[in-house]
Amino acid sequence: MSGDPILTVDRLMMRFGGIIAVNELSFTAERRKITALIGPNGAGKTTVFNCITGFYRPSGGAIRLAHDDGRTIQLERLNDFRIAKQAKVARTFQNIRLFPGMTALENLMVAQHNALMRASGLTVLGLLGLPSWREAERRAIDLARAWLDRVGLLDRADDAAGNLPYGDQRRLEIARAMCTEPALLCLDEPAAGLNARESGGLNELLLSIRNEQGTSILLIEHDMSVVMEISDHVVVMDYGVKIAEGTPQAVRDDPKVIAAYLGADEEEAIAVMESGT
Amino acid sequence: MSATSARPSHAAQPSGGAFILKKALISALVALVLFSLMIGVRTEAGPQGGLIYWTRFGDLAALVATVFGGSIIVELLRQWWGPIDKDSLVPKPVQSAMSFAGRWLAPALLVFAFLVPVIFYDQRYILDLSILVLTYVMLGWGLNVVVGLAGLLDLGYVAFYAVGAYSYALLATNFGLSFWVCLPLAGILAAFWGVLLGFPVLRLRGDYLAIVTLAFGEIIRLVIINWQSLTGGPNGVSGIPRPTMFGIPLDNSDSGLAARLGIEFSPTHRLVFLFYLILAMALLTNWVTIRLRRLPIGRAWEALREDEVACRALGINTTTTKLTAFATGAMFGGFAGAFFATRQGFISPESFTFQESALVLAIVVLGGMGSQLGVALAALTMIGGFELFRGLDQYRMLVFGIAMVLLMIWRPRGLIGHRAPTVFLERNQAISSDLVKEGHG
Amino acid sequence: MDYFAQQLINGLVLGSIYGLIAIGYTMVYGIVGMINFAHGDIFMIGGFIALISFLVLVSLGLTAIPLILLIVLLVSMAITALYGWTIERIAYRPLRHSFRLAPMLSAIGMSFVLTNFSQVSQGARVKPVPPIITGGYTLHEGSQGFAVQLSNIQIMVVLATIVVLALFTWLVSRTRLGRDMRACEQDQTMAALLGVDVDRTISMTFVIGAALAAVAGMMYLLYYGLVDFFMGFVAGIKAFTAAVLGGIGSLPGAMLGGLAIGLIETFWSAYFSVEYKDVAAFSILIVVLIFMPTGLLGRPEVEKV
Ligand SMILES: Nc1ncnc2c1ncn2[C@@H]1O[C@H](COP(=O)(O)OP(=O)(O)OP(=O)(O)O)[C@@H](O)[C@H]1O
Ligand SMILES: [Mg+2]
Repeated sequence: MSGDPILTVDRLMMRFGGIIAVNELSFTAERRKITALIGPNGAGKTTVFNCITGFYRPSGGAIRLAHDDGRTIQLERLNDFRIAKQAKVARTFQNIRLFPGMTALENLMVAQHNALMRASGLTVLGLLGLPSWREAERRAIDLARAWLDRVGLLDRADDAAGNLPYGDQRRLEIARAMCTEPALLCLDEPAAGLNARESGGLNELLLSIRNEQGTSILLIEHDMSVVMEISDHVVVMDYGVKIAEGTPQAVRDDPKVIAAYLGADEEEAIAVMESGT
Repeated sequence: MSATSARPSHAAQPSGGAFILKKALISALVALVLFSLMIGVRTEAGPQGGLIYWTRFGDLAALVATVFGGSIIVELLRQWWGPIDKDSLVPKPVQSAMSFAGRWLAPALLVFAFLVPVIFYDQRYILDLSILVLTYVMLGWGLNVVVGLAGLLDLGYVAFYAVGAYSYALLATNFGLSFWVCLPLAGILAAFWGVLLGFPVLRLRGDYLAIVTLAFGEIIRLVIINWQSLTGGPNGVSGIPRPTMFGIPLDNSDSGLAARLGIEFSPTHRLVFLFYLILAMALLTNWVTIRLRRLPIGRAWEALREDEVACRALGINTTTTKLTAFATGAMFGGFAGAFFATRQGFISPESFTFQESALVLAIVVLGGMGSQLGVALAALTMIGGFELFRGLDQYRMLVFGIAMVLLMIWRPRGLIGHRAPTVFLERNQAISSDLVKEGHG
Repeated sequence: MDYFAQQLINGLVLGSIYGLIAIGYTMVYGIVGMINFAHGDIFMIGGFIALISFLVLVSLGLTAIPLILLIVLLVSMAITALYGWTIERIAYRPLRHSFRLAPMLSAIGMSFVLTNFSQVSQGARVKPVPPIITGGYTLHEGSQGFAVQLSNIQIMVVLATIVVLALFTWLVSRTRLGRDMRACEQDQTMAALLGVDVDRTISMTFVIGAALAAVAGMMYLLYYGLVDFFMGFVAGIKAFTAAVLGGIGSLPGAMLGGLAIGLIETFWSAYFSVEYKDVAAFSILIVVLIFMPTGLLGRPEVEKV
């Protein structure tokens, strides 16, 4: 565990009434690396994401985000939209949350809200239709177009997001998160519901985001072929605590991990083991 | 409740004469019980203060017979029409015809609106009615920002209308400020009240927000009624100055417009002026809204309606976004209020009841949430229709209520059932309203 | 102190009436998720039917007041319940799975219909009735000649409320219908799959809510000695405020909210100003919601993302 962490989660606690969903969890995510967070159903993975992205206020512990420029932000002190806006953490959701009645392009325009708000002079310049605003809007459309192209949805740009097939919606959600130009991208089960071809495409997309944009990625995933293939580091959770971490290979062979999956769900345990061989 | 709830199946729809008859009999029986006391017996305070009553069994029998006959006709129609399915209720060709009509309908309506004073110059009544319709169009467009775009349910919109009206009335009668100075002030004050209310309550969700806005509307009305020294209480404010055409009064004085132009004075001049004034104000509202929709703030409003959680994950400050929607809507309401005050020359709390809020909301929802054209059509239908029933006298509100229920059942998603995207790469295609969310805040 | 005790009694009586109406709002909201704007008018109809049936019974020669009141109660509950059923059937059921605002506007339209129906059919003037239940007790004779009074009608309103609530609680918690209602509240699809007749359960919800409103309407008639076609609006808004204040969807909350609104209104009128009593009630609602966004007893909404 050396190097340059972008995200440091330090003894994170999250209680819901009597349930302790996350218990003293500590891990780090390296800059420009893909870190996977895995674990059986109900392990508390999504809860960790919700704490990182400000949807839940942690009951205890610290979450630090170290930016490229040296700023360190205590995420547990920010809340709500400020994490995305100021700390530049973007996320996707386990149950896709697009704006279904808006087109794919509009979805990506909404993602650039804060930048566009500034460019539109908090709406005043935009209302007057000043050239500087027009220019900014054109650039925003170009960025959106570029991402639509990257995720292979350029021809669906003007279709309602709610009309897209499931796999396309997943990719559109990633594109939308990327349009906020995040430092850290948190993906909650991006491969869920995708077929083999689609999840292969997803692997390439995520690798290219890491390599070309230099975005650090934190990934929750049940699909072990994805985890094994693209992640640089894997953290395994069960019942809210970390039970193992290391390289994909190391984690795959860890008896504790296998036991956790076996105890939780036989199929998943088999999947873990088979995907490694 | 939720979209996933089981739909009732239409599979087994029995038919046949016996079934229809049975259904009609049940309906008649229900009607008999419902109306037995309410219609069959008429009560009234007697001359000595006690209650007297008399019976009206003839009316009761006639009404029950009507229900019986009506039920048979409805049932026959239904069987002839086939199973009632929401889609077949409005056949596909009609839908596409409507979307086609939408393209030329708006410009045609606009041209027509400009010509109204020319065509109906001699008909005071029509001019008056058109001014009324346009006032509601403007109110509808204003509320549309809040309900249609941002998906926030505002049941107290009339409060901002009242704030605008009273701002102008009080500023003009107490300080002698002119309409043109007061108009922006009225809008600003209404927006200010919008922010004041919105700031603490906009984090409430769904129906909690609805009741708070309703309560706010009632508070404003009750304060107006009771703060007699300022507002004149139930007697209202009278003698509100009429607008001038940029300083030139529209009356028959020597300095009036007619005298200056050397034409004969006619009260219609003022009416025509008021007509173009409200038309301009409404069109400004429309223009600003259309512009705003294409700006980040407007897109954020719609995104908020679609999914608030996703908005937050994208770094959108949902509180200020809601506040701006609320304040923008309130501001337009305030403008409309100032216009209302100058048109009437007299205002009283009676004009600002919950019924008014409900009417404007009905216009927005019937229009098809978020559709500017739909709102205009709905205002025309509702206000125009309401006037058509003027002859019905005391039955007018009854018929209006029935019409409202039927219209909702007929088109729950409004007249214009699609959303136009704000930006496109290649194809500017409408989005079916089935996909568009309605907001829950 | 005496004055305070008197206001407390008055407030509790008024609050009981609001609470009975509020339960109808909260039940419908809990199951169908809509604000039944016509519910206040159902209450008004209940008052009218009580009035008319009372008149008819008296003119038929009945003299035993308790018997008359019992018959009036049953008749107005039954007929008003049928109003509730019919309205759901005509105006809400076709919109059950539609857009959220459509049933609400349909309800607002229905409220206009009921208000104007009773105006047209019974005239616009206030209908007074002579006091039917008279007498009462003097609880405490104050020093300055102020006495705390508890009238028989006040006792009756509170007693009736308690009895009705006990019955209602038993219905919701112990019977098959109550179980079906709670099941539909949780998940209509699942309830339907498990053999619950969802349509019937929802109908019954409206029927029960309307019957409770009829009780409230009759109590109002006896307590204030008058009804008029417009009384449903104000009482409806207050009761809805009560339901939200208590936490909409929660049955004890509705009663608690009703009592709270009744007390606020009474005390405000007694100690500050009668004119601003409604302003006080609405303002307190807003303040409570700012600090407790789901009302006093409402379940806090956890947003699962
Ligand atoms: N808002 C909440 N209130 C109460 N309990 C919660 C809440 N959110 C999560 N939990 C509980 O926390 C535990 C962890 O849930 P979480 O969604 O984080 O699991 P997960 O690892 O993402 O599982 P999956 O793989 O199924 O998505 C569960 O027991 C869940 O019921
Ligand atoms: Mg999860």
